[in-house]
Amino acid sequence: MIDKEVVVPGDFLSDDPSKAGTGTYVEGGKVFALAYGILESRDRLRVISLGGKYVPLPGDDIIGNVVDFSLSSWKVDINSPYGADLHISEHPQRVDFGDMCRHIKIGESIITKVIRVDNEMRVDLTLKGYDLKILRGGRIIDFFHSKIPRLIGRSGSMINMIKEECKCAIFVGQNGRIWVNGEGDNMALAIKTIKKIEDEAHTSGLTAKIAQFLEDER
Amino acid sequence: MNDIPERFINEEGLRLDGRRVDELRPLKIEVGVLKRADGSCYLEFGNNKVIAAVYGPREIHPRHLQNAMETVVRYRYNMASFSVDERKRPGPDRRGVEVSKVSRESIEPVILKEYYPRSSVDIFVEVLQADAGTRTAGINAASVALADAGIPMKGLVSSCAVGKVDNTLVLDLMKEEDNYGQADMPLAMVTKDDIITLLQMDGDLSKDEFKKGIEMAISGCKEIYKIQKKALIDAYS
Repeated sequence: MIDKEVVVPGDFLSDDPSKAGTGTYVEGGKVFALAYGILESRDRLRVISLGGKYVPLPGDDIIGNVVDFSLSSWKVDINSPYGADLHISEHPQRVDFGDMCRHIKIGESIITKVIRVDNEMRVDLTLKGYDLKILRGGRIIDFFHSKIPRLIGRSGSMINMIKEECKCAIFVGQNGRIWVNGEGDNMALAIKTIKKIEDEAHTSGLTAKIAQFLEDER
Repeated sequence: MNDIPERFINEEGLRLDGRRVDELRPLKIEVGVLKRADGSCYLEFGNNKVIAAVYGPREIHPRHLQNAMETVVRYRYNMASFSVDERKRPGPDRRGVEVSKVSRESIEPVILKEYYPRSSVDIFVEVLQADAGTRTAGINAASVALADAGIPMKGLVSSCAVGKVDNTLVLDLMKEEDNYGQADMPLAMVTKDDIITLLQMDGDLSKDEFKKGIEMAISGCKEIYKIQKKALIDAYS
């Protein structure tokens, strides 16, 4: 079933420190695995973790849930150990003092971008930008964040195939939340397909397998 | 209830449960048994049955415990009231607090805490059935559960005990040997780097016995490490 090597923390990977990629560490000129995951060795050695939480990075497009607001910012849950702030100045419209509820209500979900992450992991978000918006309609599903590259596929091949086949609008947040909007049956099929990708993300030839799956389901 | 056995090791060199002096009890590890935890592990070490759950990194409560530079590791070792012959009064006790502390300190050195500042990693170890060596079983389970939770670690921690009965060193004490033996010395180590992270001793050992005991425990830990690694790899195939 599995065709890639699974490594555990502390496994020796290489003698060449220049090959160390994410999910590895170098000690005494040798490269070791830092996490429990799947070893990928192209030009660099990388360990794709099989667990773990999303850690925000500036520039990530993510889906957040607004959980609270203070005088000048909304508090957003971004599916990470850290909460995030969306300051009113980062809203595309002018937000008057005391009028925040009219723009984004608590409980609403937003497509947003991470603009800043400081040393203490305080996270700032923005709604100013192409495609960033408040979500109305559709469904949000959870997906394991380190498998997202498989869902997107090479230059978006996988996700575009699902969008076309299921006639759905899909937004993939880097933090492991996916927004799907479409008609009833189409949306159900899209979600089923996404779940299948999550279950089989570690196998090879996935795009072909999913294409077959979508054809069978029709 | 348990009479003191006359001899712990018979003429053939076998112990009460038929093991040789340098043999571990059978170890069974299952990864990812709890759906709600970020990482989990069920472990059977002879008649010990423990379950470990790891949550995190997550927001730390109470907030004043948070560290702006690194993650805070918390470890709770707890024995179920039905885990021993005579019902144990539930809740934390003096022994539980101590075992939690030493277990936490045995695991902390491998966790890369600076990866997640201002957060906590919470490890819960529940002993469902006890038969000597529950802290070592707990550490083995916690280490696997941490890996399962995707926490960045420098290596796995393995742990086992060595003791003395009938003036002979034996690996991995069982209950009778622990209760009526002459010494008990649990040890935990980062197998990859040969770093000992836990070493306690109860009873008397001579200097030579101590040295030999450490060697026996280290070879025991290495065997356990292989089983831990295999359990993690098998969980994904």
